Amino acid sequence: MAETITLEVARYRPEQEMEPTFQQFEVPFRKDWVVLDALNYIKDKLDTSLSYRWSCRMGVCGSCGMMVNDEPKLTCATFLSDYMPGPVRVEPLRNFPVVRDLVIAMTDFMVKLQRVKPWLIREQEKPLSDGEYLQTPEQLDDYKQFSMCINCLICYAACPVYGLDPHFLGPAAIALAQRYNRDSRDEGSQERLDILSQHDGIWGCTFVGECTKVCPKHVDPAGAIQQYKLEATKEWFKSFLLPWGAK
Amino acid sequence: MSQTAHTAHHPRWYRTRVSTYWWSRKWAYFLFIVRELTSLAVAYFVVFTLMQIHALRQGAEVYAEFQEWLRRPLLISLNAISLFFVLYHAITWFNLAPRAISARFRGKRIPDLLITASNYGAWLVVSLGLVWLLSGG
Repeated sequence: MAETITLEVARYRPEQEMEPTFQQFEVPFRKDWVVLDALNYIKDKLDTSLSYRWSCRMGVCGSCGMMVNDEPKLTCATFLSDYMPGPVRVEPLRNFPVVRDLVIAMTDFMVKLQRVKPWLIREQEKPLSDGEYLQTPEQLDDYKQFSMCINCLICYAACPVYGLDPHFLGPAAIALAQRYNRDSRDEGSQERLDILSQHDGIWGCTFVGECTKVCPKHVDPAGAIQQYKLEATKEWFKSFLLPWGAK
Repeated sequence: MSQTAHTAHHPRWYRTRVSTYWWSRKWAYFLFIVRELTSLAVAYFVVFTLMQIHALRQGAEVYAEFQEWLRRPLLISLNAISLFFVLYHAITWFNLAPRAISARFRGKRIPDLLITASNYGAWLVVSLGLVWLLSGG
């Protein structure tokens, strides 16, 4: 008989039950299968009603983040072989409301992401005829790491501050704000400072550092936040001690 | 201003409350909470130093009494525990320093190890300086 592994999958069907339950599934174990493959197997062969998000299955789209044995993971990059002999417990990402089964509501993050203005802000746009905004490799290097974020929300699931205070702007939104602040083409850092330096912005972070550890794209949101704290403090000193020197 | 307001009362979404003991669920969270608590030891040493200076100002006799008071086993153990927590605080602080500093030298980011090492180096220099000072110059 072929080898199998047990998956304990969180189910929440709001029309049937008041709170999530676990359902066990036996799936074939294959060395090259990731948790997402096992979920797709369940959906195809065992229970078509299982709901979860996924798309690219190669760590780019950021849709398939879930809790795997209590750790937030991209299920497309989490191999079953690392959990043998099992069982593997799959739950929706922590700290978010659950819509159904493994699907979370991410509206809160979307609203926060917009708040930090994650786009290039120019005081004055150059006319098109002037060509592109050029950038040196060093200037690119300055923000590239933060631009790798795929909005998978794994950092939010690892962040106890966000769990305790849902108003906290959160790791990814702040890292993405830094991605634009650091961009040599951008002129919007002052606008973002006003948003990020509020109480529920960078100062909400107590530097647990787990966001950086779990990030599948090595974005280092914890680093982004601490670096921003330093910059915000410098700005505050400038405006407080040298009111004439403030921008 | 509540940015979550429009998602807050959806009747069918399931929400879990974060347990008061969330920090006991994971080793990394536990170490974090211990680090937060070490601030109490830091505060204790500040108060202790102020008391010491105060005793010193009162003259030799009072300071001798203060030193006698320090020899009690209770105080020795309290100070030993506080020292442990302050060291924990300092070491984790230095290890975290590269996360907060993104310094560049000739266009390249200074490696994390160098930032950590320079922090430890500065600590060593200051400590040696203090030893030199206390041992009579």
